[in-house]
Amino acid sequence: MGVQGGRPPAMNIVVLVKQVPDTATERKLNPADNTLDRASSDGVINELDEYAIEEALLLKEKHGGEVTILSAGPDQATDSIRKALSMGADKAIHLNDEALHGSDSLQTAYALAQALRTTEFDVVVLGSESTDARTGVVGAALAEYLGLPQLTLANKVDIDGGTIRIQRQTDDGYDVVEAQLPAVVSVVEKINEPRYPSFKLIMAAKKKPVTKLDAAGAEIDPAKVGLANATTETVDFAAAPPRAAGTVVKDEGTGGVQIADFLASKKFV
Amino acid sequence: MGDQHKPAAPDARDFLAVDTSLDAEEGSIRDTVRDFATRELLPHVADWFEAGTIPDPRGLAKAFGDLGVFGMHLEGYGCAGTSAVAYGLACRELEAVDSGLRSFVSVQGSLAMTAIHRYGSEEQKREWLPRMAAGEAIGCFGLTEPDSGSDPGSMRTRARRDGSDWILDGTKMWITNGSVADVAVVWATTEEGIRGFLVPAGTPGFSANVIHRKLSLRASITSELVLDGVRLPESARLPGAAGLGAPLSCLNEARYGIVWGVAGAARACYEAALEYAGTRVQFGRPIAAFQLTQRKIADMVVDVNSAALTALQIGRLKDAGACHHTQVSYGKFANVAAAQRVAGAARSIHGANGITLEYPVLRHLLNLETVATYEGTEEVHALSLGQAVTGIPAFR
Repeated sequence: MGVQGGRPPAMNIVVLVKQVPDTATERKLNPADNTLDRASSDGVINELDEYAIEEALLLKEKHGGEVTILSAGPDQATDSIRKALSMGADKAIHLNDEALHGSDSLQTAYALAQALRTTEFDVVVLGSESTDARTGVVGAALAEYLGLPQLTLANKVDIDGGTIRIQRQTDDGYDVVEAQLPAVVSVVEKINEPRYPSFKLIMAAKKKPVTKLDAAGAEIDPAKVGLANATTETVDFAAAPPRAAGTVVKDEGTGGVQIADFLASKKFV
Repeated sequence: MGDQHKPAAPDARDFLAVDTSLDAEEGSIRDTVRDFATRELLPHVADWFEAGTIPDPRGLAKAFGDLGVFGMHLEGYGCAGTSAVAYGLACRELEAVDSGLRSFVSVQGSLAMTAIHRYGSEEQKREWLPRMAAGEAIGCFGLTEPDSGSDPGSMRTRARRDGSDWILDGTKMWITNGSVADVAVVWATTEEGIRGFLVPAGTPGFSANVIHRKLSLRASITSELVLDGVRLPESARLPGAAGLGAPLSCLNEARYGIVWGVAGAARACYEAALEYAGTRVQFGRPIAAFQLTQRKIADMVVDVNSAALTALQIGRLKDAGACHHTQVSYGKFANVAAAQRVAGAARSIHGANGITLEYPVLRHLLNLETVATYEGTEEVHALSLGQAVTGIPAFR
């Protein structure tokens, strides 16, 4: 692809989208195998993944190219894929296989890496964690499986030619991290403001190509995925304990300091 | 079959599961508008209502345009081309926030854009529709006059030929977005009958005055249009519009949005009352535990679901090309009254709190006074229905 007027070549951007139970509803685990009970609540796009989609669309608007959604999940994940396409993504890959049920973070990263090998990409963008499992390790594990640089917790992404540069958010400010493409980038919610799907794109979404991929199609080794082969195990779960009574700070001239200390101890300030 | 096949208890917020027949696009559009309305409109609407205006109508128009809600069920010219049901769902979710916001969309899409789309020349369509769909141009619709409401045929606004031009004189009243519009669709009598004209803002002799001191539809801009010797070229006339049937067909489109919209207003009042009744404690129990309150709630849930079903059925007929205008009259007649009953009951459940802008119920109740009047009063629709089923017109 030729470069004209200093404009970088069009990019293939893949966004990883996970369907999660709506955080506004009561979420349940299935007592039979300690996995998520996906039937018990509505599925929505993991919130941080919406920021990843937005960032991919912004990169496409700036550099040209195509945005592909990759989602691993059961049949109902098609709803979230459609929403991602309604925001403006061009096409999607849906990795869907019963063998993947109960896969942990490492196995999911392996499966996603295999699925990514079926397509061309310059950059993979994902939310830094999901609202359900909240492990926050899939991006890093995926980069390892692919042998690519990982740029995590980005609140700003710039691409210049073959170089990607991000601001990694830290407790005190940010680090600037740079790598060569292709690379894996995880984003935080400060990076942008996700757009609403437009009706025109909603109407167009059903005409966009969604490639169905099963484990065999992605050359996923069945012995490396699924609940039975998971590297971690959910041993038990329990309902959250009722809220304990709060701490009462009586102001005798030091109330403000005590509140500041409390907030600092919780890392709010 | 064992217990596991027992149907789940109904959702109190959607008792008859009315939305289960929506297709994927309709569901996505409902979710998108609900999300947009809840995050971008609901936090501000009480302030707008109190201020008696929409502070940034251009910004709001742009946001609606980005979403694609203006003229969304029209084809081409930058319009999304959705089903009529999808358009109805958008109206429902907007009016669940405020009737004034749905009115903004109705006037732009169902009245002004529909008039141009249906009766305009190719040149007029290309000039206005894409910008109006995008929310970059605002339109208004001038039919009603100070002395001509339910009887629009009695209008006094006149257009007379002067060489190849037209000269318009008259006054239009109760015109949503009149003072912020870039183009007014104005209906006037001519020697050949009623005709429609596109009057760009800034045309000499054309002015718009904001109507103040409204007690209803306060989160909306309402104006009077004055036409004082407004000279327009023949190319400003809508070539396809001949007679009163043209503006009335646009009103029928707007009415269709109302059928859905008020189902949203009713739902919002019902949900607020349900929440309030469950948490307000008097005599040691939530007031929802009292029989008189439960009767109100039962009546409300029936009205809310009946309105939603009526809207959906009329929408399905419309998408099938089988919706008669008297069926839209049925929907407006039935659903506005249902919404008024629900809003009134919800106001009473809220007690004194119900009269404030902290709760949505009196705001909706007041708005519905306007909605009951515009696009055909309750009386006009009763007569339309009466004629439709008896075959006897009682109004002439």
